[in-house]
Amino acid sequence: MSVLESKIPEGPIEKKWTKHKNEINLVNPANKRNIDIIVVGTGLAGGSAAASFAELGYNVKTFCYQDSPRRAHSIAAQGGINASKNYQGDGDSDYRLFYDTVKGGDYRSREANVYRLAEVSSNIIDQCVAQGVPFAREYGGLLDNRSFGGVLVSRTFYAKGQTGQQLLLGAYSAMNRQINRGKIQSFNRHEMMDLVLVDGKARGIIARDLVSGEIERHSAHAVVLASGGYGNVFYLSTNAMGSNVMAAWRAHKKGAFFANPCFTQIHPTCIPVSGDLQSKLTLMSESLRNDGRIWVPKHEKDAKAIREGKLKPTEIAEEDRDYYLERRYPAFGNLVPRDVASRAAKERCDEGYGVNKTGQAVYLDFKAAIERYGKEKAFTSGHKNPSKEEIIKLGEQVVESKYGNLFEMYEKITDQNPYKTPMMIFPAVHYTMGGLWVDYNLMTTIPGCYAAGEANFSDHGANRLGASALMQGLADGYFVLPYTIGDYLADDIRTGTISTETEEFVTAEKEVKERIQRLFDAKGKNPVDYYHKKLGRIMWDKCGMSRNEKELREAMEEIKELREDFWKNVRITGKAETKNAELEKAGRVADFLELGELFAKDALERNESCGGHFREEYQTEDGEALRDDENFKFVSAWEYVGNPRDAKLHKEQLEFENIELKTRSYK
Amino acid sequence: MKLKLKVWRQEDAQDKGGFKNYDVDGIDGDMSFLEMLDVLNNNLVNEGIDPVEFDHDCREGICGSCSLQINGEPHGPDRRITTCQLHMRKFKDGDEIVIEPFRATAFPVIKDLVIDRSAFDRIQHAGGYISVNTSGNTQDANSIPIDKQDADDSFYAATCIGCGACVAACKNASAMLFTSAKVSQFALLPQGKIEAHERVLEMVHQMDKEGFGNCTNTGACEIECPKGISLENIARLNREYLSASVFS
Repeated sequence: MSVLESKIPEGPIEKKWTKHKNEINLVNPANKRNIDIIVVGTGLAGGSAAASFAELGYNVKTFCYQDSPRRAHSIAAQGGINASKNYQGDGDSDYRLFYDTVKGGDYRSREANVYRLAEVSSNIIDQCVAQGVPFAREYGGLLDNRSFGGVLVSRTFYAKGQTGQQLLLGAYSAMNRQINRGKIQSFNRHEMMDLVLVDGKARGIIARDLVSGEIERHSAHAVVLASGGYGNVFYLSTNAMGSNVMAAWRAHKKGAFFANPCFTQIHPTCIPVSGDLQSKLTLMSESLRNDGRIWVPKHEKDAKAIREGKLKPTEIAEEDRDYYLERRYPAFGNLVPRDVASRAAKERCDEGYGVNKTGQAVYLDFKAAIERYGKEKAFTSGHKNPSKEEIIKLGEQVVESKYGNLFEMYEKITDQNPYKTPMMIFPAVHYTMGGLWVDYNLMTTIPGCYAAGEANFSDHGANRLGASALMQGLADGYFVLPYTIGDYLADDIRTGTISTETEEFVTAEKEVKERIQRLFDAKGKNPVDYYHKKLGRIMWDKCGMSRNEKELREAMEEIKELREDFWKNVRITGKAETKNAELEKAGRVADFLELGELFAKDALERNESCGGHFREEYQTEDGEALRDDENFKFVSAWEYVGNPRDAKLHKEQLEFENIELKTRSYK
Repeated sequence: MKLKLKVWRQEDAQDKGGFKNYDVDGIDGDMSFLEMLDVLNNNLVNEGIDPVEFDHDCREGICGSCSLQINGEPHGPDRRITTCQLHMRKFKDGDEIVIEPFRATAFPVIKDLVIDRSAFDRIQHAGGYISVNTSGNTQDANSIPIDKQDADDSFYAATCIGCGACVAACKNASAMLFTSAKVSQFALLPQGKIEAHERVLEMVHQMDKEGFGNCTNTGACEIECPKGISLENIARLNREYLSASVFS
């Protein structure tokens, strides 16, 4: 018998959320003033939730490891945010956004949550515009849209290639308003080290002040974890250097189930790895696939010549290029979902058609787009017979206005001009669909502990569609949690302030301090990065874009050994009582070394291929993912019982009442 | 490449601090400046010396965490980039590189190259927002068309990453470019006009209180700004400030 109660409301899908809001408990405004909420993480989900709670009247404390809430990694999201506004009149609707998201996620997400997400999506755009978020507009003054992978409509709102930044600054400004009112206390340069449970309920956290090194106790009536994803378990990813799983993993060890850890998104268009000392990978927005065409040489000898520097991509004739996405998936072409595009790139590179020195890159080419836009621009400005140079010049201007900052970024990193020669790209770890298991109210299996945004598992199934992360973060923070948290807190109106002097807080603090001491006591010979890189290598080679039973078993063993070695041989310099970046990294890597093992175990036990999880044993004849709905139509929620490998599996069976389960096809 | 580094080391806010010399070897032109510092730090850890603390996070030029003064220039010799986007191909074998924190009274040093920029946050708290509830009960996003030019200018102002290079570049350590960018973003939009007067007065008041210097129109901030925030924003702030002072 499962202990997972999803609390999905009864009734038709389009009425569930309204019905639920009508039936859940409310807290009256006077009582809200006596209730405290802790929010960990200040990205789109955390920032928007904190501002909304404070506005409702709760007392809020926010925590972030950065020096300002505005620097949370949501800021780096580039391409856009989806909403079912149907401003383009191209047939969009709540249902279509819902359908695309469930299908895009390869039928491994919860219908009711996804429908709610689609339902509130339009409101997010209204809200952000009212806050002064400067979205891109057309000449008539109305909002512009573009298209993203896996869909057939234009529903993505954007602010050049900096949509995440603009939305986060919007949420941060809403936070500022509440900070100025005294309703939010923001603890920056603070890291959550543990969750504190009192009588089985989440009642606070232990945090470390990253400047003074002081260990602090903070209490609240509820704790919201909006601490992002765990992509950095791969070492190299598009995540920020500090992005970590600590908050979620600490909660997991205190009783919150971790769902679908193996569902990780490998994004197809990133700048390829250039050297061994690289610390980070940079994404090139999916929006580029609106206009860029992906290809490799048709002939292996050409690919080889390119790798050896004897041939330039611009010298390869049109008929000698293989636009493999257009060839394999004519209906969606270059705009297939991310998992499909990534695997297709890997397939070509594995076959020997890769184009950079390491053979681990494909081309993203804008030549056709530049010519198309140039012709159009020349025509509309009266040049009916433009020269080729004129066309290219005008075309480059149009492309510059659409993607200028991305092209600039590419050039800075690679020292190559993408207007003149195609970009080189390769897949990289970008987002984690898995996360803490939550019910319809976004509560984890610990009462009073919520998870929002990338930190939870709920909306994207086995693969997230582009421009949906921003949508989910803001939906959770602005429009879901402010309602659902009241349902729980209604029982706390007489509780009064939670004391931090209880035994639970004392013990939790002691454990945190002991853990820090253990890290120093290892007094070994290897810096933290040594372990992080090794872990990343195992994850990428054996738990990456394609997985098999043998390698997953090996990964579990290797990670376990690496973890044991870490605790014996890591070397942390400096003191615990000052700012100490090595210590911060060590705590985070220690948790990744546990999560990695659970990740591999989850991938091992899911004997099917779906979305970003591709098991070599389960594929069709032409290499497409082979899902097994009969045996794996469930969410894997893992309960911590001592060792990551011993984690206990709980299954939440997924019901599809509004969408027919089909083989996902983009052909 | 082999490089000689002269790095500012300072234990904490109380410590006087000073430069230390380090050599690093095996630096490749494709590495970023911060990856070069990673190499230095790993060497230091291996020798049992405390690594150099520096702020960094996204390493793709958008979070605004990184903040180094490199050979006297905020974010180093290249233009329109942050330190994390600076690549070692801009240097050559044998170069000496001087690395300091951003210097300003309002940005006290926390440790080594890490500074406290919370003064920027407090300027934003003072008025860097539009007072709209997050309830979602707002009007449809397309109900107020906004002139494309205004929307674009507002966007360009809003691309400020709050790194503080403008302050570090300014001989007066003025925060006018930063503050004016936020004031402009909202002043250019119909949604922001209602509180425009109050906003500019409050934000400028807080800016002065934090100990930033005055603006003398030198323009170094615009040149060093990694996002190319325009001086026009300062002109707009002055206009807004004057109008607010006269009419309130």
